[in-house]
Formats: sequence, structure tokens, C-alpha cells
Amino acid sequence: MNVQKIRQDFPILSQTIRGKPFVFLDSAASAQKPRAVIDAMRNAMETQYANVHRGLHWMSERTTDAYEAARDAVAALMNAPDRDEIVFVRNSTEAINLVAHSFGRHMLKAGQAVLISGMEHHSNIVPWQMLRDAHGTELRVAPITDSGELDMAAFEALFADGRVGLVAITHMSNVLGTVTPAERIVSIAHAHGAKVLFDGSQAIVHRPVDVQALGCDFYAWTGHKLYGPTGIGVLWARRELLEEMPPFLGGGEMISSVTYERSTWARVPHKFEAGTPAILEGIGLKAAIDYVREIGYDAISEHEASLTEHALARLSRIEGVRILGQAQDRGGVVAFALDKAHAHDVATLLDRQGIAVRAGHHCAEPLMHRFGLDSTARASFGIYTTHEEIDALAEALIRVREFFT
Amino acid sequence: MSFDDDVRDLYQEVILDHGRKPRHGHRLAAYDVTAKGDNPMCGDRVEVFVKMAPDGTIAETGFEARGCAISVASADLMAETVQGHGKADTRALFEAFREMVRTGTCPQHDAALDEPLERLAPLSGVHEYPSRVKCATLPWHALVAALNGTKEASSE
Repeated sequence: MNVQKIRQDFPILSQTIRGKPFVFLDSAASAQKPRAVIDAMRNAMETQYANVHRGLHWMSERTTDAYEAARDAVAALMNAPDRDEIVFVRNSTEAINLVAHSFGRHMLKAGQAVLISGMEHHSNIVPWQMLRDAHGTELRVAPITDSGELDMAAFEALFADGRVGLVAITHMSNVLGTVTPAERIVSIAHAHGAKVLFDGSQAIVHRPVDVQALGCDFYAWTGHKLYGPTGIGVLWARRELLEEMPPFLGGGEMISSVTYERSTWARVPHKFEAGTPAILEGIGLKAAIDYVREIGYDAISEHEASLTEHALARLSRIEGVRILGQAQDRGGVVAFALDKAHAHDVATLLDRQGIAVRAGHHCAEPLMHRFGLDSTARASFGIYTTHEEIDALAEALIRVREFFT
Repeated sequence: MSFDDDVRDLYQEVILDHGRKPRHGHRLAAYDVTAKGDNPMCGDRVEVFVKMAPDGTIAETGFEARGCAISVASADLMAETVQGHGKADTRALFEAFREMVRTGTCPQHDAALDEPLERLAPLSGVHEYPSRVKCATLPWHALVAALNGTKEASSE
């Protein structure tokens, strides 16, 4: 994979920040956008734009085709058996909330449990707490080991009382980088009659996701981490579940007919897509998917594995650096703490050297506390990240530590 | 510009020193009012304890903080500075300080605040780092909440 050539596809990367090359190591928060995405969205606005699904005119029909092509692209990307199983939402958070409201309130019974893990993003904790408080389900948390992996024995033991109705779990941790053993999770959950939702926000950026091979029931992810625009995300769910689930939001687009007495719902997936959708963002997402598939997940995974290995080697050699998580199977995020400085101070000093990292609790406060920390800094990698940028991070960190010593 | 020069506008020696070894970074054995400050976006937390003198001025302030060098140094400088000031003065000082860390310049103020604002001046470099302004103001939010009799404050 030619990283220098890829970098040329991302206009933002050629900038300097405070006179220094822009070293962007915050892709796990949101990735930069390639020219193909920018052009697709601009082109749509300049030449081909109207509202979708209802205009009886040429422009609307063309826009509908372009927007619906995004659904095909997503279905192909995830190997979904049916394009109608792709529900467009704003982001992973909305996808999970949709499942919590619609599946959770209508297909889980009070007293049943939702099982999450000890390494979830707040977006896969809070909706289940809200469901618990509104509906009387239980929220169970499967512990993780000191190395940052799911404790599989403890996980399986949590099914013993037969009350787990849904497992909602990350496919890759946004803090530890841990990739969870998805097939095993599904096989254990299904053996106990529970459905499985994966939060794939991070995973789908780094490796191919095949929902049929995984065997899961729901898969949520967001476009902006996969080099696409913000404001569009995906919920994939098995068709029979979507058919049975009631709508989440009501309004335009999601109805079949409306009278003051009653309304009937549009067919799946439109039943779940109330209001004018993110049309331009859908078109941008398709461009992002095409771009990623052209590079290919094999090349992406290989590049990111090499970057991660390099980062772990470089950072672990720096005195006073503690890296969170040593999972065997991991993706391109490395969270770390420095003994002499708080993560915010680390991030500010790195920023002064042109290096962008995230600092804080990474929307995973319970996970931070599991490791006895309030916050960490996190470097995360994308297809455009170079080994030299990781060297720059390591050298800068040494200077930061000296500064605070 | 060297790395060191580049960050000294924010991390002046006095800030590093107070951040590392805060003089007032402890819970007071006896206090009259207390409040917690919370910045939910970054996870910084501070709890302030204030002992009032019979004349209505602040006799002593202590704090327990979980946060960055800027928030700890700001809390410590605050505790040092507000000693001997009344509630109204302290609130006015907070307003002036907040303006200073947002803009980098000291606003028009009462002459009585000259000396305390001078002590807080090392934090004025924060204005160049918009994402860090809340780190500097968090302990003040907590202090003013304590003086106002509210239990919790947020710098959001």
C-alpha cells in the first residue's frame, strides 16, 4: 500500500499547524475525508440534488437513485443478505438507541437482561440504562481482564440464569483497541437464546465485517470514522427483527398512510427512517465505501497492524508511559498514561508540536476507572498514518515528560 | 521556536510549581462551606472547602482536585489569592479572572483587585488554548458555588 499516494487523496493532511507538519493521530474520534468524498458531495449539490423518495420529477428521481446506491454499497460492504436490512441513522449512538427503544421495549420483557462488556463506549451503556429505568430490564456487565480482553468464562457464566435477552457489545474497543471474539460471543449468546448487537464503530474501519459470517442480529456503525461524512450511520438488523420491531421515530417518510385515527407504517427499512434523510451524507458515504474497498481491507489491516506494532514498541520503551490494554487481537488505537503529566497537559504539549491526539475519558468512564485512571491520551491511526508520524509522537512524548519532570 | 519557548506562555514556572506541589491541595479539617466542580467533557473534578472568618472574609480555602496541571495550579493560586477577601470581592475577582483567561487581557476593575489579579496573571496564557480555559475556571466555579450555598458547579 502506497501511503504517500493515499495521503495525497486527503487535502487536509498537507497543512501545517503552527508551522509544523500536521500529524493527525485522532482518526478513531473522526477520520479525515478523501477528495472522492468531498467531490461526491459537492457534485451532488452542484448538479444533482432534490428531496428523495417522493418527488415526481427528474431531479428527485436521480437523487433518490444516488442515495439508494449508498444502501447497496453498505449492504455489499457488510455482506448483508438483503439491502432492505440497512437502516440509515445519524450515527452509531442513534442506531443503538433505535434498538433500545424499538427492540428493547417491545421484544424484551421486564426482568430480562441486556449484557454489555466492561469496555463499552457510553453510547453502548447509557441507552441500556435508560431502557432499564423505563422498562425494567436489567443491565449486566461482563468483566474484562487486566490485559483488556473479555473474560470469556465470566461472560458465559452471566447467561446461567437464562435471563439475558440481548448482548450489546463492542466489536473493537475505542480505548484498548481490543477486537472482541465476535463469533464466539454470538455462538454463546445464541445457545442461550439471546440476540447479539455489535457496536462496530471502530471495527469496520480496520477490518472487513461480514454480518452473515458473524451470525449476529444487529450491527451498528457510523460513517464519519470510515472516512465518510458526519451525520450518517448504519444499523443493520435481520429482516425478521426489523419487520417485528415498531418504528422508533414518527413523521414523514416512515408512513404508508396517515389519518387522524391511525397511521400505518412504510415497509422496512423506511419504517425506521422518519423525516428527510441525510441525502448528501449518504452520497458521501457511498464514495467513502468505494474508496475504502478500492484500497482493500487486506492492505488496510496490514498497514494498521504494522503501525500499531510500531507504536506499541516505540511508546513502551519510553520511561513512565503506561499503555492500556495488551489484547492479542487489536486494532489501531493506543491509549496511554504518562506518569509525570495529566493527559490534558500531554495533549496540549503534543498539539504545540503539531500532533493531534485525543485526551480524556474517551466516552468510556467506567473503563478508565477499571484501570484506576480518570483520563488517558490516545493515539489512533488511519490509512494515511505513517510510521514517521508515530516516531514524531514518541520523540515528542519524551520531550513532554522531560518538561514535566 | 524551541519546544520549551513555545509552551512557556501557558506552562510558566509558577504554574508548573503550583501544579506539582499545591500548597492548599487538601481538605480542611473544619470548614463552613463546600462545593464540587465538575467538567463532564474532560473528567476534571475539584472539591473546595472554605472556612470563613468572623468578619465575613475568607479565612482559608482548601481543595481536592483530580485534573491537569492547569486546573490544579489554578485552584492553588485561587486559594492563595482569595484569602482575606469577602464574598462580593471574590465574585468580582472571578468575573475579572474569567475575562482574563478568555481574552488574555485584564478587564476594567476596581483598584482593590489589582493585587489579586496580578497574582493570577500567570494563568492569562490560557487564552491561547481555548480548550483549556475551562480547566482554569473550574475551581472558581466551585468556589463561587460554595460561597453562594450551592453544592455543585460545572464549567460546562
